[in-house]
Amino acid sequence: MAAPPYATRSEVVAHYGLRVYVGLVLLFLIAPILAIMPLSFNSETFFSYPMPGYSLRWYDDFFTNNRWQSALRLSLVLAFLTTLLSTTLGTLAALGLVRGNLPWRATIMAVLISPMVVPIIISAIGMFFFYAKLNMLGTLPGLVLAHTALATPFVVITVTATLSSFDKTLMRAGESLGASPTWVFFKVVLPLILPGMISGALFAFVTSFDEVIAVLFIAGPEQRTLPRQMFSGIRELISPTITAAASVLIVISTLLLVAVELLRRRSERLRGVR
Amino acid sequence: MPLTVAMIADWDGKDVPGEEAFAALAADLKAAQKTRQAALIGKRLNYEIPTLKSKVTVTARKIEKVETGPWKEAVIAIDPVWNQVETWATIKRASSAYTPFYLLSVLDLKQETSGSIVQVEDNRKIYRGILWRTLGISFLVTLLTLVLGYPVAYMLATLPTRSANILLILVLLPFWTSLLVRTTAWSILLQDGGVVTQLMHVTGITWLLNLVGVLDGEPSLYKTRFSTVLAMTHIQLPFTLLPIYSVMKTISPSYMRAARSLGAKPAYAYWKVYMPQTLPGVAAGCLLTFILCLGYYITPALVGGPTDNMIAGFIDSAMNSEGNWGRASALGVVLLAATLILYYVYNKLVGIDKMKLG
Repeated sequence: MAAPPYATRSEVVAHYGLRVYVGLVLLFLIAPILAIMPLSFNSETFFSYPMPGYSLRWYDDFFTNNRWQSALRLSLVLAFLTTLLSTTLGTLAALGLVRGNLPWRATIMAVLISPMVVPIIISAIGMFFFYAKLNMLGTLPGLVLAHTALATPFVVITVTATLSSFDKTLMRAGESLGASPTWVFFKVVLPLILPGMISGALFAFVTSFDEVIAVLFIAGPEQRTLPRQMFSGIRELISPTITAAASVLIVISTLLLVAVELLRRRSERLRGVR
Repeated sequence: MPLTVAMIADWDGKDVPGEEAFAALAADLKAAQKTRQAALIGKRLNYEIPTLKSKVTVTARKIEKVETGPWKEAVIAIDPVWNQVETWATIKRASSAYTPFYLLSVLDLKQETSGSIVQVEDNRKIYRGILWRTLGISFLVTLLTLVLGYPVAYMLATLPTRSANILLILVLLPFWTSLLVRTTAWSILLQDGGVVTQLMHVTGITWLLNLVGVLDGEPSLYKTRFSTVLAMTHIQLPFTLLPIYSVMKTISPSYMRAARSLGAKPAYAYWKVYMPQTLPGVAAGCLLTFILCLGYYITPALVGGPTDNMIAGFIDSAMNSEGNWGRASALGVVLLAATLILYYVYNKLVGIDKMKLG
């Protein structure tokens, strides 16, 4: 887009200067992610360009090595259970929060959102001491509950946002036509807030799938998730398999981003927001 | 040390206690030696008076051979440290279930035997440095994300929706990519002889830095403060940018047109009309980034050097390497307090209801 014809010389300079600057910043944002992916196809064990040859050996290692595979499996199971639990809890919390007659609403919301803001290391230490008393350290339920606490705020936020534009007269209309509250919920409310729930669920999935600090504190030595495997991999010695793992994760998050964007646009279109 | 603690429960703390207290101490230490807990007692006392650990274990080992009293002379003969009021005061203080010791020590303060709170000697001050470093790095990263993010948000908000949406993907993709993956990417790109070093060489930045004398030869970036700030800025940039963008999107372009038509120069109109309206977004984005920066642990641990560890890193090492849970919790309280104060401010200024994701 060119500068308008009536622009003064300094405006033209500012116009193109801004474009160059913004281009550089966007390059800075995207470059590390783009630079890491080709390196995962390197046939040698070092991390610099130009690469001597291409190979799939690191992907082969990632998908056949037992350490990486068991880590991937544990991460998927953990993220799946966390998503189920936090989507259920977060949606219920959001439904309660939008009721007009709820006292201390702002405070409850602040407490529910706090795990997103409080440094995870603090939550992790608290969980460590608490779980130690309950003998839940190193157990799968312990990990699922920990990740649920961290992921639920995302569901609360997305579902609350969907509910804020929700027309409450629809519920009354359903009830006046003789439907029970449960029936109204499943037939009227749920279909309308589903996009918010799904994008919340995707956020919850990503949160659990990426989380490493709580896992470091409360997981047992044999419970290695994918992020934990990567974390110790970088700390000890960097194997190029990490670049393959990182690329796989980048592809997964890109797919999730596309899914969330499509959902958002769909719901905006349905509700006629722009 | 149950007997000793009971004995000195109503000790006035002025002189070294009498024979009964020493007899109790001897009995306690003998019991501890049998159950192999003498080292634990020593460790706890060592936090407050260094060197006390070895003295406790040595005394416990030697007192085992002493059969009868008088205990006071026997114990003091083993180590004169037991003839100091301070040692006993420390035991008395440590015997309580609650102690201000850990919280004071992470603020570089200590409690004198008399009960007054003073600063520790200058050569033992470490924690305030860490707190200031954490705040400093967070502030620098917040400032950088604002400088980098503000123009991008402005351009995204003023472009037609279609092209803005495409550019927005470039911001959202890093936002969705896991923090660990981005940190991994940086730690690989920043290796010595890695991509960033190569890029600096090719573009002539290395040559330029050598010319002005900032650098000698090839740069070594991995495990430096520069890398920590660079990676953190990259990770936090979308968090600052997106709230500013969503505020800017609501500003109608007609205000600027009105200002221009009334004769304002572009820069003046921008400064007086547009910029003030973006301030809520700036406050929201910067506060969020600053709060999140305070708790950074992974990135400084992986791309930073030993002197770039922030408070969360020290919590981890107190917890996992030293096994000093008291110190870990005290550092945690300091970090939590800072976070909650800022969270409260954020909530008052912005409101969590306004928090949006992507």
